[in-house]
Amino acid sequence: MTIAGSVFVLVGSVFCLLAAIGILRFPDALTRMHAVSKAGILGAGLVVVGAALASGDLAALVWAILGVAVLLVSGPVAAHLLARASLRSGNSRPAQLSIDEYARDR
Amino acid sequence: MIEIVSDIALALLGVAVAITLVRLVRGPTAADRIVALDLLTLLGIALIAAFAFRAGISLYVEVAAGLCAVGFVSTLAFARYLIGSARP
Repeated sequence: MTIAGSVFVLVGSVFCLLAAIGILRFPDALTRMHAVSKAGILGAGLVVVGAALASGDLAALVWAILGVAVLLVSGPVAAHLLARASLRSGNSRPAQLSIDEYARDR
Repeated sequence: MIEIVSDIALALLGVAVAITLVRLVRGPTAADRIVALDLLTLLGIALIAAFAFRAGISLYVEVAAGLCAVGFVSTLAFARYLIGSARP
């Protein structure tokens, strides 16, 4: 269990670092959101599950799985709302978009 | 082995926090800063869990799970603020 937890924590930390590099290198708010809402959630969830696995405590594992489930449900909702808000407030440039489905709603 | 792994994990997460703070300061628009704050919440969850892994205290895993549950509320509030600030 310690080895499995260590692997989870290491892989999750690498994904968190990849999300941070993505937020620094991507050119636009929407693409930065893409890095955060996938790599960031996956990395944080992996670290939490790895810590619970390594502790060997069943209650902690149940808490971790519950927290990761909430994170997986709430993450896309928050990302969608934030993307819509940044489009409607004019914070991201629609000239960069090849398809702008929001154009008729704006 | 736990010490080495948690040292590496905490170092990676610290570098990630530093990079995210750079984007939080530089970010040209408000949406970029909100995305950076969102990632900072996730990195805080990961840091708490990595510390729980190092110290062997499983109570901190429950703290991280609680932060998972309430972390997205701030993003929702910031997004509502962004929509509200666009209207005249």
